[in-house]
Amino acid sequence: MSAAPTSDQPLRHTPLYDLHVSLGAKMVPFAGYEMPVQYPLGILKEHLHTRERAGLFDVSHMGQAFLIGPDHATTASALEALLPADILSLKPGQQRYSQLLTDDGGIIDDLMVTRPAAASDDGRLYLVLNASRKEVDYAHLAGRLPDSVKLLPAPERALVALQGPGAAAVMAKLSDVAPRLGFMSAANGRVGDLDCHISRSGYTGEDGYELSVAGEQAVELATLLLAQTGVQPIGLGARDSLRLEAGLCLYGHDINETTSPVEANLTWSIQKRRRIEGGFPGAGRIQSELANGPKRLRVGIKPEGRAPAREGTEIQAANGQRIGIITSGGFGPSVNAPVAMGYVEAAHAKSGAPVSLLVRGKPLPAQIAVLPFTPHRYARKV
Amino acid sequence: MATERFTRDHEWIRVEGGIATIGITNHAQTQLGDVVFVELPDVARKVTTGEPVAVVESVKAASDVFAPISGEVVETNGHIVGQPALVNEDAEGKAWFFKLKVADEKELSGLMDRAAYEAFVKESS
Repeated sequence: MSAAPTSDQPLRHTPLYDLHVSLGAKMVPFAGYEMPVQYPLGILKEHLHTRERAGLFDVSHMGQAFLIGPDHATTASALEALLPADILSLKPGQQRYSQLLTDDGGIIDDLMVTRPAAASDDGRLYLVLNASRKEVDYAHLAGRLPDSVKLLPAPERALVALQGPGAAAVMAKLSDVAPRLGFMSAANGRVGDLDCHISRSGYTGEDGYELSVAGEQAVELATLLLAQTGVQPIGLGARDSLRLEAGLCLYGHDINETTSPVEANLTWSIQKRRRIEGGFPGAGRIQSELANGPKRLRVGIKPEGRAPAREGTEIQAANGQRIGIITSGGFGPSVNAPVAMGYVEAAHAKSGAPVSLLVRGKPLPAQIAVLPFTPHRYARKV
Repeated sequence: MATERFTRDHEWIRVEGGIATIGITNHAQTQLGDVVFVELPDVARKVTTGEPVAVVESVKAASDVFAPISGEVVETNGHIVGQPALVNEDAEGKAWFFKLKVADEKELSGLMDRAAYEAFVKESS
């Protein structure tokens, strides 16, 4: 749950701060912001509610930015020089997950890249970046982009996510556009009478939407969504347990500047053309890992008992030899058991393989597990 | 009549007839949130004041439970191992953690009574 190193700067508030407080949220520092870690419902029930109905998350602390160039090919090529996803082939309204890379192929940040649906936005890409990394990302992008492509951060915009199996019905009531969007696609549209950028994506493994809105309209949007049947506000605590069960990486924990996308088991996010052509930072390392296998791999870890294994827990082979470390771990409310993920030496990364976790000095039995722990329920077809 | 005391680590202790019953305070369970795992000491283990003796974990974090006083573990509460949520429901009652045969009751004098503990919680929040 820890995020960016805290500095002496005062904590920032999102436009929804007062709403969180009025809903009884417990506010904590996170990535330089004061954010709701839980509401009176509590993490466990908030988590289960999101998997059963719909949860509303304030993710306005995340970085939203535009890349603006003369045409799609120019802007996409400029971004492709910094990450390994195929951006050129994005159709209008299509979204992809990728990673900004260091010259050694380590992950500076993971992000969502959207090619706006509107023809009038040709040459633009919309980025959503981690709160804890956005300043680093902006400096990196500004330093690496060609003169023809400008970076325009949009700190005036708020972002909320509506996640869960009930999200589609809620959005269908409020928006004409939302029901037409399939997973990983986006469009501008109205929600109620508020202008939003709507994307069908999220960080819970459930169907759902992320809605970008002008900061001054964020309270109105959140209030409208919370007034719908089955919608509860959900804090960062449940956001973390939901994404962990869904096998999704948290920057600074499961991925960082030393881990490559191949080691992080994110190879699926590197499309074929990029694997063959390279042309992104660290391509030498990444192509070699693709060809020969990485030294270590991010895997799911399922403790056999009830004791959660937290971040930093040593993973041992049956013979007691150290083979890796847990990078995220805790209790999975939907699994109703402890769940974790971490890195192990590639030779040990076989699902079902028995391992031991060194918890409070005692080796506890566990298995390498297939991710996700809870099946993804994305709306792939609409 | 039992003597009730509290620690700065948010444990409660009730001593009656040389046996101390120990748990975490209602304030502590509120701070932890939903408890999902409890680990208790072995019976007959000898513990000294301040030693981590049990573990309580919520969805978000793990915390140690310390021995508020020295003694020997004579009984543990298996109910909270099978049903950790009991800690949230009745922290200062049914969800006691373990019982100690007290080595020296004079150690209690270093602990807070309820009024002092409540003031301590108020001050530190």
